[in-house]
Amino acid sequence: MSPPLMELRNVDKFFGSTKALKDVSMAVQPGKILCLLGDNGAGKSTLIKVLSGYHQPTGGQILFEGQEIRFSGPREARQRGIATVHQNVGSIPLMSVGRNFFLGAEPVRGRWPFRSIDTQKANAIAVEQMQKFGLTRVTDGDQLVGTMSGGERQVLAIGRAMYFGAKMLILDEPTSALGVKEASIVLKMMRIARQNGAGIVFITHNARHAMSVGDDFCVLIQGEVAARFKRDEKSREDVLNLMAGGEDMTDLEDDLEQID
Amino acid sequence: MTHLLRRPETGAFAAFFLTYLFFALATPGTGFVSLNGTAGWLNLAAELGIVAIPVGLLMISGEFDLSIGSTVGAASMILALGTNQFSAPTWPMIGLALLAGAVIGLANGLAVVKTKLPSFIVTLATNFIVIGATMGLSRLIANVTSSSIFASDSAKLAFAARFGQANISILWWVLVAYIGYRILAKSSFGNWIYATGGNEDAARAAGVPVERVKIVLFVATGVCAALVGVLQGIQWNSGNSTYGMGYVFQAPIVVVIGGMLLTGGYGSVLGIVFGTALFGVISSGIFYTGWNTDWIQLFLGLLLALAVLANNYVRRLALSAH
Repeated sequence: MSPPLMELRNVDKFFGSTKALKDVSMAVQPGKILCLLGDNGAGKSTLIKVLSGYHQPTGGQILFEGQEIRFSGPREARQRGIATVHQNVGSIPLMSVGRNFFLGAEPVRGRWPFRSIDTQKANAIAVEQMQKFGLTRVTDGDQLVGTMSGGERQVLAIGRAMYFGAKMLILDEPTSALGVKEASIVLKMMRIARQNGAGIVFITHNARHAMSVGDDFCVLIQGEVAARFKRDEKSREDVLNLMAGGEDMTDLEDDLEQID
Repeated sequence: MTHLLRRPETGAFAAFFLTYLFFALATPGTGFVSLNGTAGWLNLAAELGIVAIPVGLLMISGEFDLSIGSTVGAASMILALGTNQFSAPTWPMIGLALLAGAVIGLANGLAVVKTKLPSFIVTLATNFIVIGATMGLSRLIANVTSSSIFASDSAKLAFAARFGQANISILWWVLVAYIGYRILAKSSFGNWIYATGGNEDAARAAGVPVERVKIVLFVATGVCAALVGVLQGIQWNSGNSTYGMGYVFQAPIVVVIGGMLLTGGYGSVLGIVFGTALFGVISSGIFYTGWNTDWIQLFLGLLLALAVLANNYVRRLALSAH
């Protein structure tokens, strides 16, 4: 088995006396999807910020490609190929697909002062990438991103990160605001990204979405890893129960039925 | 067809075209459509157009600049005091006037970026600070608030030449518009301008230096406003602290008529040009009709209201399914 892309060993993160993360260990493998499950306030956001270089851990080690590392900030993490795609996607509705895709890294042609963005090239590559990730509906690079659905925008953001050489993708709740069909577009894209060798951290509180694509699972409760397991080792009910902090969800369901 | 409707300049072009047609038909035989008549409205549009373009770019990036008015006056006074009271050579004083514009722009840009306060209020303050400083310093130095300008012949050629009725400022307008177009529509920097106004956080996350984008645009606006001060000063052979006050609101008005959204992120240089041309046609056309010029304000106000509604509609159209 290849060494993990990124590994956390006994990581703690304190904010003053508040312990946001306690003794968290986990490994992100290339070509695998690690699902990070947890209820609100379980420490998922803090963990994302540690992974993407916004926060330095208070204690413990982070290894990236086998070497211990301390990120000086999100910029360094990005340069090393760690891309974070947030829930409310970083796209600009009133700009075209091509211009969004290459924002900050526009391909240019010609000489200064007549240098200009190579719109044709930008559009062609953007559309090609979208199609590669299963978005066959997007055929015109001049289409405004605002006309695309939420799922399609997620795909654009993820495809963009992959194109610019991301080795590791941190996807923060990419499916939670989406309908069933939209979510499946994004889940499908995650599988394609996995095939291309990316290591993916999939943060979600939707156990169904996690089970449908995940290889490894990690459940966080109050800043601690409450469970760690592989695909097919646990049922969806078990996972739901774990996320709820060990309380039996079926009990809760019974309670709810009594109210009805 | 819908593709054309979605473009930001379509509405401004239609409004310009219809207004022009209206004045052309309403004033037969008065010479409105003649070469001289055309030069007339182009002259009126040109100087406003030179400031409106950077103001428009700034608005696309999501910021306002209301300090342009006092910058025009300050530049003209620098030129006047320099060439008159200090008998300094013209060109270095022109350079100093443009530099002053750049410094005012830089101050605006830094203040907006550092304090994160709305640029509307920051530049409104700058507008008063600059006009106050211009008047106060002029009084201290020469005990005047307006003064004659003695420009060299080469400067007169560059900034006050006339071809028939047409001022050379029209050429300056064309130049500034062309540069603005190249930057906004063609360059990477233009892409960053749209992105900054469209979704600042997303732009920052993509590595766009949004602070630098804004500061550069504020500086460009200051320089263009100072250029107008130089043009007006040399044309009229005098500097005056109050030159340019009309632009404070005229520039944003023609920019909005040109299809810009107040929320930023959308618009084109061609739209701003049509918006400004429309302003020129109304301001000049009203004379040919023989009506009272008071009606200009009413016209502009109505057009502005219409433009805001139309822009909102175009935006919705642009975002509707393909």
